[in-house]
Amino acid sequence: MSIWEYANPVKFMRASGAVLPWVAGGAVVCCVAGLAWGFLTPQDYRQGATVKIIFLHVPAALMAINGWLMMLVMSLIWLVRRHHVSALAAKAAAPVGAVMTLIALITGAIWGQPMWGTWWEWDPRLTSFLILFLFYLGYIALWAAVEDADSAADLTGVLCLVGSVFALLSRYAVNFWNQGLHQGASLSVAPGERMSAVYKYPLYLSMLGFFLLFLALVLLRTRTEIRRRRLAALLARENRA
Amino acid sequence: MKALLWRDLRLAVRAGGGFGLALAFFLILCTLVPFGVGPEGGTLARIAPGILWVGALLSCLLSLDRIFALDHEDGSLDLLATAPLPLEGVVAIKALAHWLVTGLPLVIFAPVLGLLLHLPGPAYPWLVLSLALGTPALSVLGAFGAAVTVGLRRGGLLLSLLVLPLYVPTLIFGAEAVRRGAIGADPGTPLLFLAAITLAVLALMPFASAAALRVNLR
Repeated sequence: MSIWEYANPVKFMRASGAVLPWVAGGAVVCCVAGLAWGFLTPQDYRQGATVKIIFLHVPAALMAINGWLMMLVMSLIWLVRRHHVSALAAKAAAPVGAVMTLIALITGAIWGQPMWGTWWEWDPRLTSFLILFLFYLGYIALWAAVEDADSAADLTGVLCLVGSVFALLSRYAVNFWNQGLHQGASLSVAPGERMSAVYKYPLYLSMLGFFLLFLALVLLRTRTEIRRRRLAALLARENRA
Repeated sequence: MKALLWRDLRLAVRAGGGFGLALAFFLILCTLVPFGVGPEGGTLARIAPGILWVGALLSCLLSLDRIFALDHEDGSLDLLATAPLPLEGVVAIKALAHWLVTGLPLVIFAPVLGLLLHLPGPAYPWLVLSLALGTPALSVLGAFGAAVTVGLRRGGLLLSLLVLPLYVPTLIFGAEAVRRGAIGADPGTPLLFLAAITLAVLALMPFASAAALRVNLR
C-alpha cells in the first residue's frame, strides 16, 4: 500500500469517487460554519465590521499559494515518474488556484478601500499576488494552447518549475522595490499575541473549509480530466477501426 | 558553436530578421511616452529610468519568437537537435545571437533616448551598465519562452504572457539601479542583484529551454 498506487487511474477514480462526497460535504460544512461564525464575531475596535473580510481573504490567499505549490509537486511527479494522473491533477488545480488568487485580490481591494483609503496599492504582498495571478494565467493558457496532451503536460511542467523560481524571486524583489502597507503574517507560531482568539478559531475553521473546498474542486476536476482523456482515447480507437 | 553563431548573426542582419526593428520600436516607444504624459522635463526625468527599462524589455520581446520559429519551420532545428552540439549549447548560442542583435544595440542606443527623456546626467553610466548586465537575462529568458511556444500556432501572444512575468525581477532591479543613479544614490546593491539574476539565468535556463525544445521536437 503506497501513495503511488493511486497513479493508476482506475484506482484513483475509485478512491476519489469514494472520498469526494465526504470532502465536498466537509467543505460545505466548514465553509458555512466558519464564515457564519466569522460573521457573528464582535466588531474590531479599530476596523469595525470590515475585519470580517479576513475569513474570506486569508483562506483564499492561503489556497492560492498552496495551489501553486501543489501544481509544482504534481509537475515534478509527472516529469520524474510520468504518472498521468499527477499531470492532470496539476492541470485541474490551476484554474482553482487562479480563482483563489483572484478572490484574495478582490477581497483585499474591498478591505483596503475603507482601511487604507485605496483600492489598490503597489505593496509588495499585493504586487506579488498579482504576479502570481499572471503566472497562473500563463500556465492555463499554455495548457489550452498545446494540442498533444503529453507535450502539454511536459511543457507546463517545465513552465511550472521555472515559474515557481521566478514567482519566489519576484516575491522578494518587490520587497526591495517598495515598502508596503500590508501587515506581516496574520498567524504565527512565534510567541506574542497577534490575533485575538475570538477571530482566530473561526479563521482556522474557514481555512479548513477552503482547504477542503480546494481539494474537492481539484478532485472533481481531475476526475473530469481523466474521463475526458478516456473519451478521447475511445474516440481515437473508434476512428481507427 | 562559432559556425552556428555566425549563421544566426548573418541571417538576422541580411534576411531582414528584425535587426534594427527592435531599435526602431524602442525609439518609437520613447517618442510616444512624452505624447502620453506631457512634455514637462521634470515629469519625464522622473519616469525616464522606468520608461527606458520597460522600453528595452518590450523591444526585446518583439523579436523573441524569431529565435526558434524560422528554424523550426524549415527543419533546421531538427538538424541542430541531432547535431553533436548539445541542445543546451544550441539554446545558449541562439540566445547569445539574439542578445548581440537586439540587446547590445539597445544598450548602445539607450543613452541617446535617455537624452530625449531628460534623464538626469549622473544616471547615464548606470543606465548603460544596468542594461548591459540585464539584457542578457532578457534574451535567455526569452529563449526559454520561445522554446516553449515554438511549435504552436498563435504562439506570439502566448509567448508574451509567459515571458513577461519572468521579466519582473530583472526589470525591478534594472530600473531601480538607474533610478538610484539618477538621484545620486548608490546603485551598487540593485546592480549586484541584477548581475546575480543574469548569471543564474545564464547558467540554468538553457537546460529548461533545451528540455522544452526536446518536447516540442518529439
